[in-house]
Amino acid sequence: MIRVVLPAHLKNLAHVSGEVRVEVAGPPTQREVLDALETAYPMLLGTIRDRHSGERRAFVRFYACELDLSNESPDSPLPEEVVAGKEPFIVLGAMAGG
Amino acid sequence: MTSTRVLVGTRKGAFILTSDGRRADWTVDGPHFGGWEVYHLTGSPVDPDRLYASQSGGWFGQLIQRSDDGGKNWTTVGNDFAYTGEVGDHLWYDGTPRPWEFKRIWHLEPSRHDVDTVYAGGEDAALYLSTDGGQKWSELTALRQHPTGPSWQPGAGGMCLHTIILDPADRDRIYVAISAAGAFRSDDGGASWLPINKGLRSGEIPDQDSEVGHCVHRLAQHPSRPDTLFMQKHWDVMRTDDAGANWREVSGNLPTDFGFPIAVHAHEPETIYVVPITSDSLHYPPDGKLRVYRSRTGGEHWEPLTNGLPQEHCYVNVLRDAMAVDTHEECGVYFGTTGGQVYHSADGGDNWAPIVRDLPAVLSVEVQVLP
Repeated sequence: MIRVVLPAHLKNLAHVSGEVRVEVAGPPTQREVLDALETAYPMLLGTIRDRHSGERRAFVRFYACELDLSNESPDSPLPEEVVAGKEPFIVLGAMAGG
Repeated sequence: MTSTRVLVGTRKGAFILTSDGRRADWTVDGPHFGGWEVYHLTGSPVDPDRLYASQSGGWFGQLIQRSDDGGKNWTTVGNDFAYTGEVGDHLWYDGTPRPWEFKRIWHLEPSRHDVDTVYAGGEDAALYLSTDGGQKWSELTALRQHPTGPSWQPGAGGMCLHTIILDPADRDRIYVAISAAGAFRSDDGGASWLPINKGLRSGEIPDQDSEVGHCVHRLAQHPSRPDTLFMQKHWDVMRTDDAGANWREVSGNLPTDFGFPIAVHAHEPETIYVVPITSDSLHYPPDGKLRVYRSRTGGEHWEPLTNGLPQEHCYVNVLRDAMAVDTHEECGVYFGTTGGQVYHSADGGDNWAPIVRDLPAVLSVEVQVLP
């Protein structure tokens, strides 16, 4: 199970309070995790990735293990600690707006 | 006894204000969707407990929310707003071509006949239709693909389709307005569109007779006279009596004819309301006085309505979707400001009072009269 931390707005939208856990079918990657997340919580469709291009929205960031994974390939393997469930995959809103 | 429900969209959430038919004491419920921009919150004429909300934000994009119980509970519905077919270009601010790019939904217009049918006006300008209560959206492409589309240019607030009027007498007739393309009419349910901007005069464009390019801020219609429309343009208050074929200016004695909203009294089709704003660079009322102007003659002759409104040091704006009227026997008038006040008058505008003073900047106001 992959642990995912969502920002407050998306937790409210998904009606969850803490971390969420998703199971991915193949090797854990950003794409697999986000696909599983959107399947489990379809109200999140379009809020993290553009609905048509599939690209990360401009003001969304992905962190894990104190690394910024935002600009990694969506098909790159996630860090082993995330795959093992020791560390969460963090989705957050970028600092913006002053 | 009937009751009154005011639906308020703001920069940081939605609020629902309720009262009885006397409209003296109010309950404020919210924020719903706190922290999100709610460009529009509105109800179905078929079932007033069916509400739709456009929820958006710079971080997480566009969502549509639906309530089936008058706003107590909400469900996220569809947000797949795609441009169908060839996307094409419109003009950017600097006059260069720019592909259409979806940003948000400005306005939702539920059908007069079917609770699950609702139209949505988008930025960059496009008209969408859902027939399943907002789950799936399809673009009515003929509007964006109108031959003039490549020459449309955004106004300062973006190239937004902000006004949708579903004609009460003709189910196939739809009016829309786009900043800064102008007004358009369809007589075939959206399959084809006619620019209806003849008679508009806009100093911001070089050709005064241009078919498009006019910055229309808002249209209003009284259901008993569907061929008469009133328009608050960037500058100028206009009216047409032939369904948009010809417009004439009715700004008359207004202190300034710049503004955003325009509304028609529920029972008097020649009584209209505007909120004059100093200018397009000074987005606040003249002389720091918040005045609604009422014309009982369908324009030209206007009277200021000030009783209960701040008459000094007031520098708020009233945005295009932020004024509404109710259908009580004595027509109520409502508007919200960028300063977060929602004012109402229960006597057609003679006397005003705030319902609430300190909301986030108000983007939209709608009102429902409930049995």
